Amino acid sequence: MKTFTLTRAGDSAQAIATAAKASTAQQGAEIRFIGGGTTLIDLMKLNVEQPKTVIDINRLPLDKIESLPDGGLTIGAVVRNSDLAYHPLVRKNYAVLSEAILSGASAQLRNMATTAGNLLQRTRCMYFRATDMPCNKREPGSGCAAITGVNRSLAILGTSEHCIATNPSDMNVAMAALEATIHVRGAKGERSIPIADFHLLPGNTPQRETVLEPGDLITHVTLPPPPPGSRSLYLKLRDRASYEFALASAAVVITVADAKIARARIALGGVGTKPWRSTEAEGELTGQPATQAVFQKAADAALRGAKPESENGFKVELAKRCLVHALKLATQPA
Amino acid sequence: MPDEDASNEKHDRENRLVFGQSTRRTFLSRLGMAGLLTSAGPVTTAFAQRSVKEPLPSPISKDAVPVTLTVNGKKHDLRIDPRTTLLDCLREHLHLTGSKKGCDHGQCGACTVHINGRRVNSCLCFAAMHEGEEITTLEGIGQPENLHPVQAAFVACDAYQCGYCTSGQIMSAVALLKEPCGPEDADVKELMSGNICRCGAYPNIVAAIQSVRQNAKTQKAG
Repeated sequence: MKTFTLTRAGDSAQAIATAAKASTAQQGAEIRFIGGGTTLIDLMKLNVEQPKTVIDINRLPLDKIESLPDGGLTIGAVVRNSDLAYHPLVRKNYAVLSEAILSGASAQLRNMATTAGNLLQRTRCMYFRATDMPCNKREPGSGCAAITGVNRSLAILGTSEHCIATNPSDMNVAMAALEATIHVRGAKGERSIPIADFHLLPGNTPQRETVLEPGDLITHVTLPPPPPGSRSLYLKLRDRASYEFALASAAVVITVADAKIARARIALGGVGTKPWRSTEAEGELTGQPATQAVFQKAADAALRGAKPESENGFKVELAKRCLVHALKLATQPA
Repeated sequence: MPDEDASNEKHDRENRLVFGQSTRRTFLSRLGMAGLLTSAGPVTTAFAQRSVKEPLPSPISKDAVPVTLTVNGKKHDLRIDPRTTLLDCLREHLHLTGSKKGCDHGQCGACTVHINGRRVNSCLCFAAMHEGEEITTLEGIGQPENLHPVQAAFVACDAYQCGYCTSGQIMSAVALLKEPCGPEDADVKELMSGNICRCGAYPNIVAAIQSVRQNAKTQKAG
């Protein structure tokens, strides 16, 4: 690990002013905020991340979960994953979020990992993590070893000829289906970013993973109130029964009324370069009866743009079956 | 550091094993030294010459930061490189070697300790970030003459083979007792999945944890 200076942020303004001096924002930047450290310290040990300054934001007052007047929820940036997953309001109104978080990592890691940190979780692509291999995300212009290499676990949606790295987070997939909003305070003031616009596709610049600018500090995330009569769930398929990243996963928030699907929000994990919201699948579901045939059409629509590589072609069918089964579970009589 | 010696002495006393008056640790270090003397004569000579000509650089980084850590109820004033993980700080600075280093990347759970009563991977914490928090290690939950119920259950259920992962397993299990966990073996397995046992002692580990939970339930009911 390279040496760095460790400072503790006294207040948000000070943290933002310091981080604004960096040439890039957060991921891979020379000035980094640290929350739980479960991704950052791991990557610093591998020399994948080499920040010169690390700012500890854990003592900032960003650790509350509170209900909003409209019935929604606000979640502080440094709220731990375990506190979020076990919160009574989350379990009651946002089951998909609780299930997604509890399906990821281990109890120890969930006690450390934060909401904001999870939004910025970096890929598990083995070429990104190995500094002796080419990787456009880690070292722009060096090439992508994964496209012609070991790519079984990598993405089939949203890829580019420069990067096929999967976004590894489960929480992000649930947040995408819940249409979360990410609130950021930066050098130029405050702004709110819908989660669909927060993560970037790799394109020609896979090193840039989010719309954050230097100095931007995620302060909290808000969730809209749960749609009346809706049900939500998260289904995750993987090589091991526990403590493993998704090969394919589905987050579903669905309302069935008068034997028709009135509203559906669908997001997929383990298959996309970003948390993969599928408005195509939602379009196939809305106004239709909750039947296997309709679910299948939605799944086909969600994976229509899939571009598999040499080893991850199985994910196309796996993701479809994952979504079909998740929809079946979410719409069967209670 | 005065409490370093005291902690060493205490550690030796607690971990005395079978090698006459030696502990496993001192025995192994002597063995290592003997090996060096018999097989690496020229190397030791070169090393000695080098140390005369140019002193080795100080192991303390110029970026070292002062930090006060509270471990098992005791305060320690330290000066550490900010890169020092909590795990390395516990083992190398405080000589609390109960917490083990397995993968050093948060994947195996051997380094599990409690911070403010919650289990975490100490290999993924920078020690300097945990000033003022209550850190508990295996040494803080029970002693040979006064075992924690989870430790006693691990002995009773033969919940280990080589023992390397055991302290992490025990620290995880102690924390699990206070977490929302369903009644079934499958629930325990799910919440213990962050602790890997290469010997595969899993069935006995689950049995040990379930026996403690069962006893707690019986006592509560009684």
